[in-house]
Amino acid sequence: MESELKIRLETVNFFYGKQQALKDISFEVYKNKVTAVIGPSGCGKSTLIRLFNRMNELIPNTRLEGKIRLDRQNIYEPQVDVVELRRRVGMVFQKPNPFPKSIFENVSYGLAVNGIKDRDYLAEKVERSLKDAALWKEVSGRLYKSALALSGGQQQRLCIARALAVEPEVILFDEPCSALDPTATLKIEELIQRLKEKYTIIIVTHNMQQAARISDQTAFLMLGELIEYDLTNKIFTSPSKKITEDYITGRFG
Amino acid sequence: MGKSDIHKKIFAVLAFSSLVFLIGITIVLFKEGLPIFRIVKPLNFLFGKYWYPTYDPPDFGILPLILGSLWVTAGALLVCVPLGIGSALYLNELAGPKQRAFLKPAIEILASIPSIVFGFFGMVVVAPFLQKLLNIPVGLTAFTGSLILGVMATPTVCSIAEDALSFVPKSFREASFAVGANRWQTLVKVTLPAAGSGISTAVILGMSRAVGETMTVLMVCGGAAVIPKSFFEPVRPMTATIAAEMGEAVTGSPHFQALFAIGMILFLVTLVFNIAAEIISRRFRLKLGLGR
Ligand SMILES: Nc1ncnc2c1ncn2[C@@H]1O[C@H](COP(=O)(O)OP(=O)(O)O)[C@@H](O)[C@H]1O
Ligand SMILES: [Mg+2]
Repeated sequence: MESELKIRLETVNFFYGKQQALKDISFEVYKNKVTAVIGPSGCGKSTLIRLFNRMNELIPNTRLEGKIRLDRQNIYEPQVDVVELRRRVGMVFQKPNPFPKSIFENVSYGLAVNGIKDRDYLAEKVERSLKDAALWKEVSGRLYKSALALSGGQQQRLCIARALAVEPEVILFDEPCSALDPTATLKIEELIQRLKEKYTIIIVTHNMQQAARISDQTAFLMLGELIEYDLTNKIFTSPSKKITEDYITGRFG
Repeated sequence: MGKSDIHKKIFAVLAFSSLVFLIGITIVLFKEGLPIFRIVKPLNFLFGKYWYPTYDPPDFGILPLILGSLWVTAGALLVCVPLGIGSALYLNELAGPKQRAFLKPAIEILASIPSIVFGFFGMVVVAPFLQKLLNIPVGLTAFTGSLILGVMATPTVCSIAEDALSFVPKSFREASFAVGANRWQTLVKVTLPAAGSGISTAVILGMSRAVGETMTVLMVCGGAAVIPKSFFEPVRPMTATIAAEMGEAVTGSPHFQALFAIGMILFLVTLVFNIAAEIISRRFRLKLGLGR
């Protein structure tokens, strides 16, 4: 099957003040695929995926060089509307972070801030998103109860529902399972597998098995440099660099 | 008994001593204050319109004093709530490290200025200025008192509100931005509601500070024990009454007892404020999942 290009990085450099966190990174992310980003902690994985929705802009004194194209448009051009971009590129964080509001308000939040008030439409979207996030059955009876009463795994699926509600094209996951137990992790992994039919997915993980299980493409990062990028199969069976092999076989990191 | 047991006991005694003081003060206040109700009925005391404690026969109605406190406190809130919460929002949401490094100590210093200095400043600078500006007969009014008290209570409101805002996890803000909310929406729909009860605590404690403040109101409010008709008239809040009259009241006399009874009421009011603040802030920490 031909893979369609969704995101393309062109010699991207990123700096926190004077410290360079990403060096000359170029690669392509394909539509309806799961792309995993792996590497030892502190190598720049979070920094990298936070570039795709311009979250790094919230941190003062940062600088980006190079281009990041989403459907060929450089998302860092001045005329790009960040709000619109963040609607197209959703994000799920490392630690589940539902708002201290009801389940319904959490899921509808993104629509509400985009000015949608129609109750019926909101209700429909909330149900749809919760179903897509495999959470509907567990919470349909308590939509108006606090989201904080949910378990960690449920909270993370709620955060996924919240991201889905605004109908993004790409979803970024930054180690979404690192705070979850194995059962909850498995649920999220199955979910991601299903979500890729509709969305393009980029997931950061430091769990090698997870990358191997769920991703189509894998990028291996070290000290801010892209060491190797290829089909996941290839990376895990016959990596072209020694250092990649050392890493995935657990010889360091 | 081991050594650590002794240490434990010593610290327990120290810790419980404040409880003993609290109980002691309460007992004295009530013991000295309650007998006034043998002379005036509680309702007549609270809602009596005339405070002429040294006349013969005397009048012990503290409504003018209560209203004095109420007006000045309400006025002070109008000043310290916007100023305090506004500066907290600025410090937390907008200011860079440089502005913070400069502003935070400035606000702390404001909090540490003795109240008599505020009172003096109010008498010598603010009151004459307002008198001229507004063309009123006297400058020492409820308005002047509110202004100065409001500035005095601002650091309290600001620092507690700022704590509340900084307790709101960064991850809430990120989650909001990530679905396309802007700064303003994030502030109004996520940060403020999440910090809401913490901010109410700040307001209540600011109020408690304003109600209990004595020296400043004694100096700048004008001291007339009559029911104020407007903000631009002198008033005599409860605290100022006690401070001004305690020296001349004969120990054990009805006047003396009446002043203690006013103290009792002030004590109860601030107690209620502080308990309310504690309850709300405890709920706040639970809501954000911060534990107790
Ligand atoms: N807000 C920040 N300010 C300054 N340096 C940062 C910031 N966030 C991350 N870094 C630095 O950038 C590098 C990459 O961090 P990060 O992207 O979080 O790595 P990873 O997600 O792979 O663990 C680290 O050296 C880290 O110290
Ligand atoms: Mg990370």
